[in-house]
Amino acid sequence: MRNVGVRFGGIVALDDVSFEVTRGRIVGLIGPNGAGKTTLFNCLSRLYQCDSGDILFDGSSLLRVSRHRIAELGIGRTFQNLALFRTMSVLDNVMVGRHCRTGSGFFVNSLRLPGVAREEQATLEKAQALIRLLGLGPVADARVADLPFGTQKRVELARALACEPKLLLLDEPASGLNHEEVGVLGKLLGEIRDRLALTVLLVEHHMSLVMSISDRVVALNFGKKIAEGNPAEVQQHPEVIQAYLGGAA
Amino acid sequence: MSRRQLIVLAAVLALACVLPFLVSNYRTFQFNLVIIYAIALLGLNILTGYNGQISLGHGAFYAMGAYCTAILMDKFGVPYWATLPVAGAVCLLFGFLFGLPALRLEGLYLALATFALGVSLPQLLKYHQLENWTGGVQGIVIAKPEAPAFFGSLGLRLNPDQWLYFFTLAVAIVMFVLAWNLLRGRVGRALVAIRDQHVAAEAMGINSAMVKSLTFGVSAMYTGIAGSLGAIAVQFVAPDSFNIFLSIVFLVGIVVGGLASISGAIYGALFIQFVPNVADEISKAAPWAIFGVFLIGFVYLMPMGVAGALRMAVARLGRKRQNT
Ligand SMILES: Nc1ncnc2c1ncn2[C@@H]1O[C@H](COP(=O)(O)OP(=O)(O)O)[C@@H](O)[C@H]1O
Ligand SMILES: [Mg+2]
Repeated sequence: MRNVGVRFGGIVALDDVSFEVTRGRIVGLIGPNGAGKTTLFNCLSRLYQCDSGDILFDGSSLLRVSRHRIAELGIGRTFQNLALFRTMSVLDNVMVGRHCRTGSGFFVNSLRLPGVAREEQATLEKAQALIRLLGLGPVADARVADLPFGTQKRVELARALACEPKLLLLDEPASGLNHEEVGVLGKLLGEIRDRLALTVLLVEHHMSLVMSISDRVVALNFGKKIAEGNPAEVQQHPEVIQAYLGGAA
Repeated sequence: MSRRQLIVLAAVLALACVLPFLVSNYRTFQFNLVIIYAIALLGLNILTGYNGQISLGHGAFYAMGAYCTAILMDKFGVPYWATLPVAGAVCLLFGFLFGLPALRLEGLYLALATFALGVSLPQLLKYHQLENWTGGVQGIVIAKPEAPAFFGSLGLRLNPDQWLYFFTLAVAIVMFVLAWNLLRGRVGRALVAIRDQHVAAEAMGINSAMVKSLTFGVSAMYTGIAGSLGAIAVQFVAPDSFNIFLSIVFLVGIVVGGLASISGAIYGALFIQFVPNVADEISKAAPWAIFGVFLIGFVYLMPMGVAGALRMAVARLGRKRQNT
């Protein structure tokens, strides 16, 4: 992945932002509320139209790819305000995550041709493995809407991992989690990255988490990139300190 | 499927098979209509219950199926059973094509678009340029099929009502198995995912536009095949039997029976077939008022439909058994 540059018109939610995400790294994306972090994710998953600039993934532009093809290319994501399939079970949610890696359609499904049962079994096994990995085993058959917030966040993560992404976009995975849960999440993310050879773009307000697991950090403010570098550098950057102090005041 | 579900299913099928030998011909005809409505409701439930697209115009697809059958039998001498696949294919195509532009419409706006379809079709059927085909206001009368001689030679004498009942039952079983297969796998999950969270569904790689249009087509096909069977059972089609009221009654059926439930289609069909009759017996003067009372009662007592209420009752029984 190289040369991710995005501009976004109207209200300038993203203004001439460029950065690269190197394969296999965890890149933290920080910035005060309204900085444009979620907007950037939405451009990447084609929910928003970029007004200028280009986004390259594995060397080819994403801007001509339709929304439902993004997952297939290998970009998975979670949402800042959970976007789970609320009436479905945890298992079914994760199985939907496999959609882009499976292919049976209306016709073969209604006849339940032999291939369908095989594909379904493989989907089930993959989903169950992810559910175990994320410690969701005990609630696998529960409706997601009935689960606590922190658990739902893990379901979203499992669902995003189900499509075997190369690049995982995590939008504030630690928000709403307590201190202990944040620690667990940090370890989990590192572990997942190593095990699944993932690249992660992480939006997070929880500074200690971002700084501890990110290889690189990009800081945004008012849609502009204000700093980029390794965690220690960015943390010391005067504009970043200014943005956060200003944002808090 | 669990063991208990299999036992219940076998019992219901056994009951359905002996029913025509226990009740009058008229009742057999009524139960035939119940099965037909169940197929129509299943179609609508796939669209509205599972996929979240509200249709106030499915009576139009029922009418389309019915007219396909009537015209093919009346003008072309096609045997009644051979008209079903044609009616199904025509409605599949129309449903898909209607579903494409309807993609831009969400919720109540889609409901209005389908409502427009539902109110306009009966009038189109009366259109004088089409009268040669549709029979205009008079409609088309078709002959009642007899049981094939084959059954007589087996020593099984079926009168036409019984034969049609079994014919419909066989079609219904096929349609229900196909729907069950469709809904329990990858496609079924995609339908519900789109209903629950369409943005996330697309982010998971679901081609929401395609899936929604195809679902519209499949739904229309089910309701169209039901219309086709309905025409054969009633031996008559006319524009006024497919007015907008039919579409609304279908919607009532899936809500009362249970949204996003396969068995709900059967409960809903029993409701829309028999509750008006019961209401009529209670008060000849204001049967629809009585119907309304029933409807409110059902919705109030079983907010998740009959299927939902049964599911909850079974779950409660299971817990009680575990506790003792
Ligand atoms: N769909 C939208 N329509 C209008 N404005 C939007 C939309 N999405 C985001 N914005 C605006 O873009 C800016 C950046 O928002 P966002 O990307 O959500 O910030 P962050 O995720 O960094 O907190 C905000 O000013 C927000 O109001
Ligand atoms: Mg945000």
